[in-house]
Amino acid sequence: MNSNLSLILRALLAIFIGSAGVIGIFYALNILVEKLLPERTRVKVLPWIYVGPAVLLLSAYLVLPTIRTFYLSFFGNSSEEFVGLKNYIFVLTAPDTLITFRNNLLWLVLVTGISVSLGLVIAVLIDRVKYESIAKSLIFLPMAISFVGASVIWRFIYAYRPAEAEQIGVLNAIVTGLGFEPVGWLVNPAINNFALIAIMIWLQTGFCMVLLSSAVKGVPNDVLEAARVDGANEIQIFRRIIVPMIMPTVLVVSTTVVVLVLKVFDIVFVMTGGNLGTDVIASRMIREMFNFRNYGRGSAIAVILLIAVIPVMVANIRRFRQQEQNR
Amino acid sequence: MTTAAPDPKSSRSNPQPNPPQPNYVAKRKEQSKFEKFMARLPVHVAVIGIALLWTLPTFGLFISSFRPPDALTSSGWWTVFANPFEFTQFTLSNYQDVLAQGMGQAFLNSLVISVPATVIPIAIATFAAYALAWMDFPGRQTIFIITVGLLVVPLQMTLIPILRTYNVLGISSTFLAVWLAHAAYGLPLGVYLLRNYIGSLPRDLIEAAAVDGASYLNVFTRIIVPLSMPAIASFAVFQFLWVWNDLLVALVYLGGNQDVAPVTLVLRNIVGDRGQDWFLLTSGAFISMLVPMAVFFALQRYFVRGLLAGSVKG
Repeated sequence: MNSNLSLILRALLAIFIGSAGVIGIFYALNILVEKLLPERTRVKVLPWIYVGPAVLLLSAYLVLPTIRTFYLSFFGNSSEEFVGLKNYIFVLTAPDTLITFRNNLLWLVLVTGISVSLGLVIAVLIDRVKYESIAKSLIFLPMAISFVGASVIWRFIYAYRPAEAEQIGVLNAIVTGLGFEPVGWLVNPAINNFALIAIMIWLQTGFCMVLLSSAVKGVPNDVLEAARVDGANEIQIFRRIIVPMIMPTVLVVSTTVVVLVLKVFDIVFVMTGGNLGTDVIASRMIREMFNFRNYGRGSAIAVILLIAVIPVMVANIRRFRQQEQNR
Repeated sequence: MTTAAPDPKSSRSNPQPNPPQPNYVAKRKEQSKFEKFMARLPVHVAVIGIALLWTLPTFGLFISSFRPPDALTSSGWWTVFANPFEFTQFTLSNYQDVLAQGMGQAFLNSLVISVPATVIPIAIATFAAYALAWMDFPGRQTIFIITVGLLVVPLQMTLIPILRTYNVLGISSTFLAVWLAHAAYGLPLGVYLLRNYIGSLPRDLIEAAAVDGASYLNVFTRIIVPLSMPAIASFAVFQFLWVWNDLLVALVYLGGNQDVAPVTLVLRNIVGDRGQDWFLLTSGAFISMLVPMAVFFALQRYFVRGLLAGSVKG
């Protein structure tokens, strides 16, 4: 009991040091500048005290490492020997990395397509019931669960027992209940990718629904009423009015999901370790780093990921510029 | 894409109070109410069906985590509903076992990692957002545009160089290493959200305070921070859930050091080493989900607002 207490106290101390430390640094620097510098230089220096730590952290952890990774991608496994484009050629031609691209494409199309369209349908339906907020919370809840936690939850759903034993996974219980042989959802290469993709859909549909729902609520009521008066049925209203009006939000939600899916790693890493033909780009990179100790190839894979998100980056910056002009 | 997006919980229509009506009208109305209900039945079935389907996986895990180890591996969790009031079929021993397997320590570690990794970027991002929104200095637009660009940079791009630097500095496998990494990875979103919010505060208010002789720090602590609380809360919830649920950063920068491993890492190790021990997996997963679920239910409003305000994060 005593050691537990000291553990908890140490944890509290660490939390305090980490949290108070950063605020203390800001205060100390501020006081230093205000006390020591004359008015004119102070005005010039102070902004850099405020923005400095952010710039420092962003440079040290994002900008410089990104450049460095790009550089390392042209070197061999321990970054000593220059190999030119060899890493890229390997990544883009080796059969087992080509599988990761196929899988990522499958993930992108299925997760984005299904979770966005399902989210949209739920958003429209849920707007019409009184228990909207509780139903929403239930569908949205998986967003709070970690990928690892979700993987354990679904491992249990996909659990496989030989045909003669009693099934403990819901899916195989249903399958055997219908009189079929139990299915090895995670080992059968024809379906294991879809089994993993289903987990991501389960996690992301709530997110899509919440964002799309607020857009659906933004569609003016009188437009809908006018359409109803003109004799449009609900499906026509959905297709001809609601969907076109919320298209901008659909696009934003889709790109968010696309970026997220591109980087999906945890689910594959925990469920199958990337074996049995389920590897994706991001989990392959971790395997190159830790299992094969090949930093050159790992870096090349990361660069390919970065290239894939560059269109989103450009679109974001463009949208932001427009926002600024409208201010 | 503003923080002032409508609250998803509020419903659109305000029902008008019904004027008193003669008896026969009311009767006809009841009839049509029933018809209305029948017409909407498919909607109800669909919504309730999906909500149940989405809850079922988590619910199954929850029930299972209280079942004895041998029952877990010999029958499905739904069999407990054959006689639901027989409480002897439930036990807390799985939780005791998994806590003894290092989950208790991991829970503390997760807290030690998550709280500072949320507070540090909030402090840094709020100060920076204030400077970017209201102070005049060369390069402020450039800094902000770069930040927007960094929003979607995959953090895989940074793992190898940072890990090497950490190894050289000798700080890999320390809390400091993950605090700073998480702080930096969360910063683009934080600066972006807060700069947009703080930039939309009324100019008069901030200038009036400056005329009264308030220093920048005074303006910051007395005006900016209190007024930006909704945006800060959104970012805080977002960042906290992100850090608590993270596996990648912990895996790479903490390595195999069990003394500092968070719940996600320990849970993943249980999956890897003792994947057939369902009594450890179910209870362990549930312990790892406790805090984020509590945060989610208590602060869902802020979380949603953060999502609506733009949620593309590396």
